[in-house]
Amino acid sequence: MELLGFGANGWGDEMARATLMTLTVSVCAFVLALVIGTLCAAGKLSRHKPLRIVLDIYTTLGRGIPELLIIYLLFFGGSGAVMFLARLFGYHGYIEINAFTAGVVAIALINGAYQTEVFRGAVLAIPRGQIEAALSIGMSDRLLFQRVLVPQVLRLALPGLGNCWLSALKETALVSVTGLVEIMRQAYVASGSSQKPFIFYSVAAGLFLLLTSISGFGFRRAEQWTGRGVRRA
Amino acid sequence: MDFRLMIESILPILGGARLTILLVTLSLAMGFVLAIITALIRRSRLTWLVRLVRVYVFAIRGTPLLVQIFLIYYGLGQFLWVRESFLWPVLEKPFWCAIIALTINTTAYGSEIIRGGLESVSWGEIEAAKSIGMSGFLLFRRIVFPIAIRQALPAYGNEVILMVKATSLASTITIMEMTGVANVIMAESYRPLEAFIIAGSFYLLINFIMTRIIQFTEWRLSGHLRPPELSLVATH
Repeated sequence: MELLGFGANGWGDEMARATLMTLTVSVCAFVLALVIGTLCAAGKLSRHKPLRIVLDIYTTLGRGIPELLIIYLLFFGGSGAVMFLARLFGYHGYIEINAFTAGVVAIALINGAYQTEVFRGAVLAIPRGQIEAALSIGMSDRLLFQRVLVPQVLRLALPGLGNCWLSALKETALVSVTGLVEIMRQAYVASGSSQKPFIFYSVAAGLFLLLTSISGFGFRRAEQWTGRGVRRA
Repeated sequence: MDFRLMIESILPILGGARLTILLVTLSLAMGFVLAIITALIRRSRLTWLVRLVRVYVFAIRGTPLLVQIFLIYYGLGQFLWVRESFLWPVLEKPFWCAIIALTINTTAYGSEIIRGGLESVSWGEIEAAKSIGMSGFLLFRRIVFPIAIRQALPAYGNEVILMVKATSLASTITIMEMTGVANVIMAESYRPLEAFIIAGSFYLLINFIMTRIIQFTEWRLSGHLRPPELSLVATH
């Protein structure tokens, strides 16, 4: 028990800080993925065919290639890619992408591919008649988007988004391979120095379970809130 | 882009593909059987077993697979009694640890999918079977199970894809499957894109084949739902 204390001998404070890091990585990645998801869903629903094809390729790759492989690509290749882009703009210095940025971008790209499909499905689930009705009473595109699409997409996409958030949270564990000190990495370090791997990986599992149950509860509440106007049988 | 490096990485990564496929098929096969058993327990009246399965599903779905793999591979070795037990020859091998972790993982997700399928079987169908005297195992084998599986198949297809991707985590415990091999090539050559493209394409190919198998099974199981084929050419 002493091992988990908060003093100089215990790993309690380190584990707490690592939990914060896990949360930071997943929140940053999830928010970035929200942006990617909404934009790509809009693109997939547009009339622009080449754009739709490009986005189809993105969602297929993002959902069909292992997360770990994508993390390795960004970890080993992130700096090179950014420096290549910088050179196009005339900057020739050395730029390094740290483990945090590589991890956030990798998870955001993967999660964004899933969220694209969630948002696309939600928009398609809105009955066509409602959009026609809005147009028939003379709503502008913007007003239609604000009053008809957004409130319903929010409700319809929420269960899917909840799943995406849980995957993002669990995928942060994979970022530990790059050396970023989140829950898994900290558990690895602690079990190495204490020779008690079972205890520390159990603690890691417990922390993840805590985070996922709290967010599961939060999403259920949010679903109740967005569904407050829906009649139920 | 270094095409020579790309061509040179094909063979090693293809060698890793053997392990990837072995990991997927073994854990999916065992996981499927266990998923059916745990789903049936969830719907039974064995109160304590039901609770146990619920806790198990909750714990597995709420934690990352990486934690589960590390708990089995690194964690269990902490205990002397595990190291002295007859199971140690299995538990000290990374390959079997990966198989165990993947099976435990997919069983939990699969159990919920199959349970959903079992719940979709309507009362009318069960009553109809009972009315002609079917009961017990015959009722399950001929009526409940086929309907449930057909219903669960699309969701199970997604789980199969997730499992193909999940095998990449085996590389974290020294197993040289596709991602493990690709990682070594990336780290040694400092050219990550080449190995990524090769390994990524193989993963997409495996996933493509898997979805086709699932689609074919679905098609086979839903023959009665298809409209009868009309022969356009007169046969007589």
